[in-house]
Amino acid sequence: MSEKKSAWERLQLVHNVSRPTIRDYLPLIFTDYYEMHGDRLCGDDKAIFGAIGRLDGRPVTIIAQVKGRDINENKACNFAMPHPEGYRKALRLARQAEKFHRPVICFIDTPGAFCGVAAEERGMGEAIARNIAEFMTLRTPVISIVLGEGGSGGALALGVCDELAILENAQYSVLSPRGFASILWKDASREQEASEIMQITAEDMVRLGVAETIIEEPLGGAHNDLDKISENIKEYLSKIIPKKCEKDIDVLLKERYTKFRKIGAFIE
Amino acid sequence: MFEDLFKVVKKRFNDSEDDYKPMFKCPRCQETSPLIRYEELHRVCPLCNYHGRLSAQERIQITVDKESFCELDSGMTSGNPIDFPDYEEKQKESAEKTGISEAVVTGTATIKGSPCVVGIMDSRYMMGSMGSVVGEKISRAFEYAAENNLPVVMFTASGGARMQEGIVSLMQMAKTSGAVKLHSDKGGLYITVMTDPTTGGVTASFASLGDIIIAEPKVLIGFAGRRVIENTIRQRLPEDFQLAEFMFEKGFVDMIVERRKMRSVLSHLLKLHGYDKKEV
Repeated sequence: MSEKKSAWERLQLVHNVSRPTIRDYLPLIFTDYYEMHGDRLCGDDKAIFGAIGRLDGRPVTIIAQVKGRDINENKACNFAMPHPEGYRKALRLARQAEKFHRPVICFIDTPGAFCGVAAEERGMGEAIARNIAEFMTLRTPVISIVLGEGGSGGALALGVCDELAILENAQYSVLSPRGFASILWKDASREQEASEIMQITAEDMVRLGVAETIIEEPLGGAHNDLDKISENIKEYLSKIIPKKCEKDIDVLLKERYTKFRKIGAFIE
Repeated sequence: MFEDLFKVVKKRFNDSEDDYKPMFKCPRCQETSPLIRYEELHRVCPLCNYHGRLSAQERIQITVDKESFCELDSGMTSGNPIDFPDYEEKQKESAEKTGISEAVVTGTATIKGSPCVVGIMDSRYMMGSMGSVVGEKISRAFEYAAENNLPVVMFTASGGARMQEGIVSLMQMAKTSGAVKLHSDKGGLYITVMTDPTTGGVTASFASLGDIIIAEPKVLIGFAGRRVIENTIRQRLPEDFQLAEFMFEKGFVDMIVERRKMRSVLSHLLKLHGYDKKEV
């Protein structure tokens, strides 16, 4: 593993425009994939990608937050900030996966759910809440991987899973460090200080019981060697997916519940 | 002590009337009315019907049957999972100010004879934010209700996730929603009563998962904060944006119920679902 970087240094890597996105990884990890669209209620959110494809020949459902690689792509996918219909599309595809006994693989890469008028009008809170609750009892294995940014409830809506993996330089947090600084200290410019204090790195996630696995990145970050990082992600999935598929589903669900149930620090 | 005296003198000095009358300024209609009138109405604005914030103690008093409340997990306090500076002091201050040990009080009670598990969030305690203790107490409340075939009535009031607990606070959303699902899958009734303010991570977890969602008039309900949205879209938002009536209009609230009728509405709903036997 490359030399340990500070949370702030890693944040720069995560924000690097050349950091690979789900569209880069797809052809290198999956085969025979078909993209699926729409939530059947309101529309199709381009910030959430959904597909059916194969991993090592096994059918799987893929759900991911989509970052753009340039300004036009980013405009189309709203900088990976989903609206409620994005989360409802994700839930529809997850239910479909349950029906056809396919495992679900979620890729998290979002600064957070979109903060806007239409998002509120269509019930952002309800959409996230529903996903969290329904994924908790989804009767098929769910694996989530944080690729870059895992921001807030918008990330957690794809993060209720049997095992969470996180890329070495990725971050997962209750709020972006910038938002955190502006809420708590009323000063967004203290972003760097916030990033160091918030405990948002991959190692922090494992220590706090949020993530189980760290996926190693090539020297200097994922963008330096797309083939290598894709290989590492695929290697992880090829190991974990069959393992979870073999498990009795009721045991799996109990373990999923316990994974989240035990997180917290309190004194009685 | 001298400081207090000085404050009174200063206030009197600035007051044209001889007998100083404390006033309430409504955050919704911006009008002022005598504080005593506002309090007589259990903190409802006499001019615009805005339903103000109640302490957990007051809420219990006006909602459940006298002496029926039996607290669960009283005294549970939070650790400091990410070693956040000054977090312990902040909690101590809040506890002293409010007389409660965390931002939610849970327990068993009866409402006009119907047994239930109730949870009451108190926005005075660190803005009702959800950290480990709120997450744990709410999860336990739902698990207890599932085990004992009881309905749950949850009064929500929160600014969202508790920033001082970092990612651990985010995970409480998963924990509580999981417990709600467990209770629901066992056929239990869950009624959410959204009070001022219900926002952020609480809206995006257990608050939005009620079988029946009730809101008090003119309370704030939303996911993202108003200021955050205004900064994103660079426009001023209309006054009624994210109020209970707005969320009702958009289809996310079943009914808006006034405080003076809440107890009897809850009692009817519990009975409609067959929870009218005495045993707890």
